[in-house]
Amino acid sequence: MIFWQILRFAIGGLAANKVRSALTMLGVLIGVASVILLLAVGNGSSAAVKNSITSLGTNSLTVSSGASFGGSRSAATTKKLTVADAKALADPSAAPDIKSVAPVVSTSATAIYGDISYTPGSVLGTYPAYFETANEKIAKGDYFSADDVLNARKVAVIGSTTATQLFDTDDPVGKSISLGGTPFTVVGVLQTKGGSTGFSDPDDVVIAPLPTVQNAFTGFSSVSQILVQATSADTTTQAQSEITSVLMGTHSLTDPTKLDFRVSNQASLLTARESTTKTFTVLLGAVAAISLLVGGIGITNIMLVTVTERTREIGIRKALGAPKAVILGQFLTESTLLSVLGAGLGVAVGLIGSHFKVVGIVPVVIPSSVLGAFAIAVAIGLFFGSYPANRAASLRPIDALRHE
Amino acid sequence: MARRGRARHSGTAPTPETETGPATPVPVIQIQRLTKAYGHGDATVHALRGPDDPETGLPAGVSLDIDEGDFVAVMGSSGSGKSTLMNILGCLDVPTAGRYLLDGIDVGHLDEQQLSLVRNRKIGFIFQSFNLVPRTSALAQVELPLAYAGVKAAERRKRALAALSLVGLSERSGHKPNELSGGQQQRVAVARALVTAPAMLLADEPTGNLDSHSTEEVLQIIDGLNATGRTVVLITHEDEVAMHAKRVLRLVDGKVISDVRQGPVAGPPPVLAAQLRQRAAAGELIGGRQ
Ligand SMILES: Nc1ncnc2c1ncn2[C@@H]1O[C@H](COP(=O)(O)OP(=O)(O)OP(=O)(O)O)[C@@H](O)[C@H]1O
Ligand SMILES: [Mg+2]
Repeated sequence: MIFWQILRFAIGGLAANKVRSALTMLGVLIGVASVILLLAVGNGSSAAVKNSITSLGTNSLTVSSGASFGGSRSAATTKKLTVADAKALADPSAAPDIKSVAPVVSTSATAIYGDISYTPGSVLGTYPAYFETANEKIAKGDYFSADDVLNARKVAVIGSTTATQLFDTDDPVGKSISLGGTPFTVVGVLQTKGGSTGFSDPDDVVIAPLPTVQNAFTGFSSVSQILVQATSADTTTQAQSEITSVLMGTHSLTDPTKLDFRVSNQASLLTARESTTKTFTVLLGAVAAISLLVGGIGITNIMLVTVTERTREIGIRKALGAPKAVILGQFLTESTLLSVLGAGLGVAVGLIGSHFKVVGIVPVVIPSSVLGAFAIAVAIGLFFGSYPANRAASLRPIDALRHE
Repeated sequence: MARRGRARHSGTAPTPETETGPATPVPVIQIQRLTKAYGHGDATVHALRGPDDPETGLPAGVSLDIDEGDFVAVMGSSGSGKSTLMNILGCLDVPTAGRYLLDGIDVGHLDEQQLSLVRNRKIGFIFQSFNLVPRTSALAQVELPLAYAGVKAAERRKRALAALSLVGLSERSGHKPNELSGGQQQRVAVARALVTAPAMLLADEPTGNLDSHSTEEVLQIIDGLNATGRTVVLITHEDEVAMHAKRVLRLVDGKVISDVRQGPVAGPPPVLAAQLRQRAAAGELIGGRQ
């Protein structure tokens, strides 16, 4: 018997039950597509977190004022962080594992360029060390220099989002903007960091020398944060304890459980978040696997019903002289067509779906999940199509014909 | 028409039908001491048993020869084992004991593959209940046995259309079983059975569901096939149908109780022969007037 005659029988068999064939295919499609898509979403979210870890720099530490976690907050003893604290931390004899220190003040102000007025996400005043510590790279122009800080020059480096908002396609470098009434010259534009994890946009920022911002906006009393860079990723823990002891000295504190500042290790925070997203991925994977399983049970069920319902037909075909191999071939081809078409469409839907953002996450397709889901769906279809067909084709024609 | 024939009981040694013609007919079907039992123990039903063995008292089985070109009608009350016998003859079922030789070959020794070849090439089977493949057009139904025989699509189509026009259904070739009347379905089943030009046509009450007009149509087709030398075995409850046969077997409780010959093995079946004679006579009459 020619192969394509069998193929014609199979297509005829499928066409004879269009609705059922379509529903079976839909079941496989949903199973496969959901496996691909859900795993891609999970993978995408952990990729986003990984991205933001590397964008922050793994050896940076943030000191902010306020009680540390678990420490009792006592307003009377709270001392704000100051530039003096930062200077103390920069002393290499007291803190050998600290590479650089950048005090940061943050404020908010409206920027005006020509007739465009825009309020960037944040306005920061800091030292040039900030750029390296926060892993901010320049795209156009240059950073401001230590000299600019010493002379409190009115220069600013802006983030890419701010640049597009204010200047659109113009080159911002060298242009003058008014920030809260004070004229600033833009000296550089930062590279796009991206990796916004649903919080504030890290590229919507204006960074100027610390004294300039203090002078124009915040005053000289305190700073919001001190960004500290450890000498390497391995020394962050030592650097953290050095910061604690130095600041306990400058804040004249004795009880390490009652601190008025807090040192946070961004990388470790993000690592914790990464493990959360891993759990998330596993959870999504489990849901997807269940939906594939349900899809598989759907194929199994429909194949069993189809073949059982068609036992009489098998009997008729055998009575007309159909060899067992041809009948098996027909049913095997039918279930192969159903599951391959269903799984193929499922892959297509999954891949198309992964081009859309799902709850703010860009899905990243895992290639092995595509192959795996496809293979599993096809294998289930084949097995559960051939098993009952084999059973029916092995019957004596008269027994198959008598089947109710 | 005068009925000639003699009663013959199963179990007697099969003698060639020398009395009916000069040529010695060849048995195409030989069954020897065939029994078929369903169930076990006390609940055993002997659907085919034959006479009891005088020594042991056990069923001795049915023995029967059917000659090539013969037209046999099997009659008997409901449950007498007619369909059981027919299913075994059609290689759709296997006997509990005994031998079945088809063209001298013991069917019991054939494997699945060979059996499907026998069913496809040698036997055309018409079922009591049509047994058409659901949701499949009449043309595709009739093409099925040819497809399993490996006939090419174009040739298949041509032969299937010819078979359908023989049963007067060329207009209905695109219709599915549920779009056909009972008689039309039966005729599709007939077309499907004869499309491969099998040497043997087995029909289990092919007219059981038909009105007298459709019955006549189907019988005419079967008569015509037998006249061209095909062996026909047909089950029926109706004497009018049995009249068409050359030989009538009666079954009671799995035993052959009578075996009557109504016409010679060679030549057209009795009803057709009578029609031909009439037509010839009418022709002579007309010819005489002219
Ligand atoms: N699969 C089966 N299992 C058990 N008993 C069966 C089976 N098939 C047939 N029989 C029994 O065998 C006997 C003969 O059945 P069979 O079908 O040959 O009758 P039949 O002569 O064709 O009757 P009808 O004229 O009603 O078609 C009946 O008593 C029936 O009950
Ligand atoms: Mg019957």
